[in-house]
Amino acid sequence: MLPAPVLRERHTMTTTAERPAVKLPPPKRRRPALRVSGRRSLTAWLFLTPTLLILIAFTVYPMVQALYLSFTDYNLIRAAEWVGIDNYTELLSDSAFWNAFGNTVLYAVVVTPVTVVLALAFALMLNQAFHGRAFARTAIFLPFIVSLGIIAIAWAFLLDPNIGLISHWLSLVGIVPEQGWLSDPRYAMAAVMIVGVWKNVGFYMVIYLAGLQSIPVDMYEAARLDGAGVWQRFRNVTLPLLSNQTLLVSVLALIATLQAFDQIYVMTRGGPFFRTETLVMLVYREGFQELRFGYASAISFVLVLFVFILSMVQFGYLRRKQVTY
Amino acid sequence: MAITATRPTGAGKPTGPGEASTASARRRRPVNTRRAATWLLAITSIAIGLLMLLPIIWMVFTAFKPESDIVSAPPTLWPRELTLEHFVEVWDRIPFARLYVNTIVFAGSVTIISLLFDSMAAYALARLPFKGRAVVMVLILLLLMLPFQVTLIPLYDMLNGLGLTNTLPGLIIPRMTNAFGIFFLTQFFLSLPKDLEEAARVDGASEWRIYWGIIMPLSRPALLTLGLFHFQYNWNDLLWPLVMSSSVETSTLPAGLALFMGQHVVEYGLLMAGSLLAMLPVILFFLLIQRSFVAGIATTGLK
Repeated sequence: MLPAPVLRERHTMTTTAERPAVKLPPPKRRRPALRVSGRRSLTAWLFLTPTLLILIAFTVYPMVQALYLSFTDYNLIRAAEWVGIDNYTELLSDSAFWNAFGNTVLYAVVVTPVTVVLALAFALMLNQAFHGRAFARTAIFLPFIVSLGIIAIAWAFLLDPNIGLISHWLSLVGIVPEQGWLSDPRYAMAAVMIVGVWKNVGFYMVIYLAGLQSIPVDMYEAARLDGAGVWQRFRNVTLPLLSNQTLLVSVLALIATLQAFDQIYVMTRGGPFFRTETLVMLVYREGFQELRFGYASAISFVLVLFVFILSMVQFGYLRRKQVTY
Repeated sequence: MAITATRPTGAGKPTGPGEASTASARRRRPVNTRRAATWLLAITSIAIGLLMLLPIIWMVFTAFKPESDIVSAPPTLWPRELTLEHFVEVWDRIPFARLYVNTIVFAGSVTIISLLFDSMAAYALARLPFKGRAVVMVLILLLLMLPFQVTLIPLYDMLNGLGLTNTLPGLIIPRMTNAFGIFFLTQFFLSLPKDLEEAARVDGASEWRIYWGIIMPLSRPALLTLGLFHFQYNWNDLLWPLVMSSSVETSTLPAGLALFMGQHVVEYGLLMAGSLLAMLPVILFFLLIQRSFVAGIATTGLK
């Protein structure tokens, strides 16, 4: 909302500019002002109408509906039956839920920092000038563009114990999971994590690169004159001045990892023994395979709260460290 | 002596152009190490780049390998023999043409409609002062933080009730506008200078004329970037078409290929040929507008 003085100022500017052209009698200031801004307001709402209708019908309403369904027993055929907080109490004692919860946390806690640190490292490397830089930038960014669901098929084949090239290469250095990477309970999670990092690291690298390019060169000059070495310049100049990017990248990465689904669905279907079943996988299984819509909605609400609280906590934490220059 | 003492001598540190011109025996070593460091950096970066591309490179080679070559041990990257059979077969074995058309219609119409609606909303939020702007802005920001998976079940339920599951409109309609798109374009519109539109307003142009005739042409790079975002997001999406369609025929490429992979004994070459064809449009689209796309990401990153 604009403060009143700004509105009035803009209006008087428009009328004084219009007056000589239209040659109207000197206007009564108050009334036209109200009419014009009223019409502007109406125009604004007209511009917003399609968007608001769609958002309300297909996002806000379903969201409220999901909250309602999470307190019901509903399977698409019978009418929804109110069960109070039963779904939520069932969650607390459901080992499948805790398993998926734990897997999601594990996935997020490993993949987020690894991706962010790698993205920063790649950005630092590719901020130097050398031949082949453009190729490396494009190559690292390209996985972000392609469909994770599709490229995960190639990843599944690459890790296949019989035809997989990566399996073969790793067997040459003595790493041989007994049942193949994706069927071995010890390695399946690592495999889908690697694919998760691979997919997004280029995107965060580009954000970091933009940040690096916005750091004034004299900052480094000054640090160098003060006798700061490579590490000190990184620690005391680069890193603090990149804290805006770190905030953005960490929040984006964390939220993305909490919603991991595509490569897991394609590569392991949540297996072996539910070792890679994340919360979104569980919502999909309970909702669209077991048709327990009420229960699945309750799980999805846990995900909402989770995403919301974590992004708030992280936002608040990094806000305090934020540097402006 | 005094100068070299105060200067740090870290390996590979970049130095100003003035220093290199000073002829000094003591300087020769750092210059050589710097050159070596640059070489090392180049080789490492290219190796990382190739490693990142490995799944895509392998996919391309495997698509052209005969099935016997793919399964023969030990697996190799380089094809021993080339064939086009998978590219011929894929159209018959999977309803691939159907999937392709579905995906083009889905991703294409979502992109165009969403660009229109997003930009209209963004114009109102960035340029038209009105009561309730703050409320709408907060709503958009809240929706930005909402994981879309939470709406999946009620949305499926609603569209099922309307008979829209397993149809393209069912896939498209809920995606016709996007909170991120509105936010992105609002930020961009706010950064545009106001002189042109003020002049147009003085000349009596309607808000629609200003939006369509001035703001939209000025926003081409932002619209291209967002267009690629929308296009690739929907072209690539797996969960939404997977939930909305129960058979391969009514699906899009990612969901259709995943369903096919799950239903059949694995046919590696066929799936890789299909995957390659499925990824091609997005990769081409990206390579075409790479520059403005990356610049667009950079500006959102800078905030």
